[in-house]
Amino acid sequence: MTRIKTSYNRRSFMKVSAAASGGMLIGFSWLNGCVPAASNKKAGLAVPKEWFDINGYIKIGDTGLVTIYSPNPEIGQNVKTSMPMIVAEELDVPWENVIVEQAPLNTGFYQNQFAGGSLSIRLSWNALRMAGATGRRMLMEAAAKEWGLTVADLTAKDGQISETNGERTVSYGEIASKAVGIEIPEEVELKEIKDFKLIGTSIKNVDGKKIITGEPLFGLDFKREGMKIAMIQHPPAFGMTVKDFNAEEIKKMPGVTDAFIIDTTLEEVGMFDEKGFLQLIAIVGESTWPLIQAKKAIKANWETIGELEDSSLHVERLEKALVSGKVQESRVDGNPDAAFKKAVKVIERTYSAPFIAHNTMEPMNFFANVTENAAELIGPTQTPEALEGSVAKLLNMPIENITVNMTRIGGGFGRRLYVNFGVEAAAISKKIGAPVKLIYTREDDMSQGTYRPTYRARYKAGLDENNNLIAFSVKGAGLPDGPIFPKRFPAGAVENYRAEKIGGKTNVTTGAWRAPRSNFTAGAEQSFLDEVAELAGKDPIDFRLELFERAMNNPVGEEHDYEAERYAGVLKMVKEKSNWGEKIPGVHRGVAAYFCHSTYVAEVFDMVMQNGQPKIKKVWCAVDCGIVVNRDAAKNMVEGGVIDGIGHSMYSKLTFANGAVSEMNFDRYQLIRHSQVPEEIEVFFVENEIAPTGLGEPGLPPAIGALANAMYKATGQRYYHQPFATERQILG
Amino acid sequence: MASFNLNINGKTQQVEVDPATPILWVLRDHLDLLGTKYGCGIAQCGSCTIHVGGMAVRSCQLPVSAVGNQEITTIEGLSENGDHPVQQAWLEHDVYQCGYCQAGQIMSASALLKSNPNPTDEEIEGSMNGNICRCGTYTRIKKAIKTAAANTENA
Repeated sequence: MTRIKTSYNRRSFMKVSAAASGGMLIGFSWLNGCVPAASNKKAGLAVPKEWFDINGYIKIGDTGLVTIYSPNPEIGQNVKTSMPMIVAEELDVPWENVIVEQAPLNTGFYQNQFAGGSLSIRLSWNALRMAGATGRRMLMEAAAKEWGLTVADLTAKDGQISETNGERTVSYGEIASKAVGIEIPEEVELKEIKDFKLIGTSIKNVDGKKIITGEPLFGLDFKREGMKIAMIQHPPAFGMTVKDFNAEEIKKMPGVTDAFIIDTTLEEVGMFDEKGFLQLIAIVGESTWPLIQAKKAIKANWETIGELEDSSLHVERLEKALVSGKVQESRVDGNPDAAFKKAVKVIERTYSAPFIAHNTMEPMNFFANVTENAAELIGPTQTPEALEGSVAKLLNMPIENITVNMTRIGGGFGRRLYVNFGVEAAAISKKIGAPVKLIYTREDDMSQGTYRPTYRARYKAGLDENNNLIAFSVKGAGLPDGPIFPKRFPAGAVENYRAEKIGGKTNVTTGAWRAPRSNFTAGAEQSFLDEVAELAGKDPIDFRLELFERAMNNPVGEEHDYEAERYAGVLKMVKEKSNWGEKIPGVHRGVAAYFCHSTYVAEVFDMVMQNGQPKIKKVWCAVDCGIVVNRDAAKNMVEGGVIDGIGHSMYSKLTFANGAVSEMNFDRYQLIRHSQVPEEIEVFFVENEIAPTGLGEPGLPPAIGALANAMYKATGQRYYHQPFATERQILG
Repeated sequence: MASFNLNINGKTQQVEVDPATPILWVLRDHLDLLGTKYGCGIAQCGSCTIHVGGMAVRSCQLPVSAVGNQEITTIEGLSENGDHPVQQAWLEHDVYQCGYCQAGQIMSASALLKSNPNPTDEEIEGSMNGNICRCGTYTRIKKAIKTAAANTENA
């Protein structure tokens, strides 16, 4: 066993005890109450009469039922199942005895309560293990005290504590009451990774039954007695604000109780505050449909306060930025200019991608109940702490008076890192003096901003007479931020290397969109390398492996952001699993590999032409994310990432005319559908004992490169500009 | 405002609403049947799919006044305890990620299997193309539909 000090967490464990006794943790549950709902009831164990708080993660009932709190927002990445699995592993309790509850925001106890950057598991791995191990240790101490023994005389396993050399056993449920108040141990023992029983298996989604029976789980489903419904109307274009509107007329409409303008300007703007439309028309009523009607009747005077941009202007600005834009970040190794002059073959290509929206299936919404001294917020947010901070600023209220609880979240993809909809709900609640649920329509959601920036990048490579890559340069511009990571591959693998990240101006607001920047660079870079390999007359996988050899054995420059061995590892794995060398008539193959969010993924796409259209028959994925926590769920994340990458690079784009988005709903904005996805996706994991890294994002970026490369093989055309689909060329 | 008697999940329910109100909002706002989801409001995403007279219908486009006495089934009424073969297959394949679109997917899939108990891949795609899953669980949905078809056939 590994012994680790708990001192780092001791203070926070204490804090949570205080919070729990105040009812904060045990008090929360908005629909089902703390007693498990019928669908949650586990076979064989009765519903406990009494629950005992062991620490902020674990509550044990007198019948042996264990509640584990999942601290982070659940946006579909399945942390509500996988985080408690880690606690249950170290607590050593059968999963059948575990109930999972969403924890509220509690910065005094939990750390890193957010869903972003594929970080939930990576950042909480130790804390979750420690929480479980601490619980187990406290239960053992309680049993030892009862029996007049020491912990060393006992073993704990499967929810039971036994005398190692004796007959006595006691279940966690029976001893739980005695464990309350036991001092937090100074250090605890963690399991050896080889002894894991739960981690690495496939545990089904804890909310599965509720999802398939339509139980209310999401923010949009939240209801509270006396609650009003509100909708907002933002200006029709970026660069505009609202001056006034026909409020009196709107207020007279059936089902409308109030209409006014809110101002959500904060004195100090944080990283997760959306900056697009701060003054908004708000309409309040009792139910949704009358408000949708009232929105259509709004006649407003919009005022132009900034430039009204067109898509053609965006392309112009990106082009100009690539020539003379301000470099935000860069790296140079060797002498690229001299090397390009010396090169026998030089290739240069330009890639681009448009603004895209997140389009979570659940549109933005939030519940707020602002009273004179307190504010309660409930809903779907990836960053509850940021929301709390922004609401505190808006209301000029101490943070302690604000509570944030998280519902299940109908998709995040980065959109719900930004907290404006929660802030808007608070502003409306304050104004009407009543609890309110703010709902965006799809049109509000899609035209509101926070988009993935638009990008354009120019890649250049030079080969010597032996077809070795001797020079590589990339210049990438974005509005407003450039897409390039100067220290990423192929940095470290090429003697003469230059990378420049360049920003440009726009008033279209942007934000993190699943695998920020990587969602563009992976496609561009991996398509480009495919073309360079072809120019060099080399197999695309062997060509990449050669570069990793260089980065491993004789790295160029000071440092790079990846482990070449693990990068090469996933490529080798996908090569083997897909029988890469094998030629199957009619099957066209493309490969790509990418490292982001601490996880390595390589993908091979098998494509066929069917009725004149390319169709993806199979996708092979090799993934190195360290220890796999929940195997089948991990596969699901990678599958989803692959499909998301294909979908957005093939079909999705936002275009602008006079500052206004032209695509407002799914009739004009295309998302990938059933008939367009690969027939099969197979996911393989590298087995190792490295602490786990994230999977929410890394499956997506390489899919774009592998898709473009397979389509080239299938159609003979290279794909440089997203979205790749044309009227003639869609995926069959 | 007008009064309507609706036959929903085997029960008659009375509501007093504007006749133009889509049944989606009647279900969600007036009857607390929150399993049927709002996604786009223009019948493009399928999140709001319900059965009307046994057929899959986008509830965001169906005014309450057009329902008459047709039988409405929502996800809450698809089975007694989540044991419809489609729901069971969804559990078996652990299909969902965020889960928001899945009620609509399940309602479309169950209507498909009712009219076509053993659909081909193309028939599945044809019937399901109106249902968007933003998380990209499409390959699992297809597998689950096949499992449900096989289990129904063997039952």
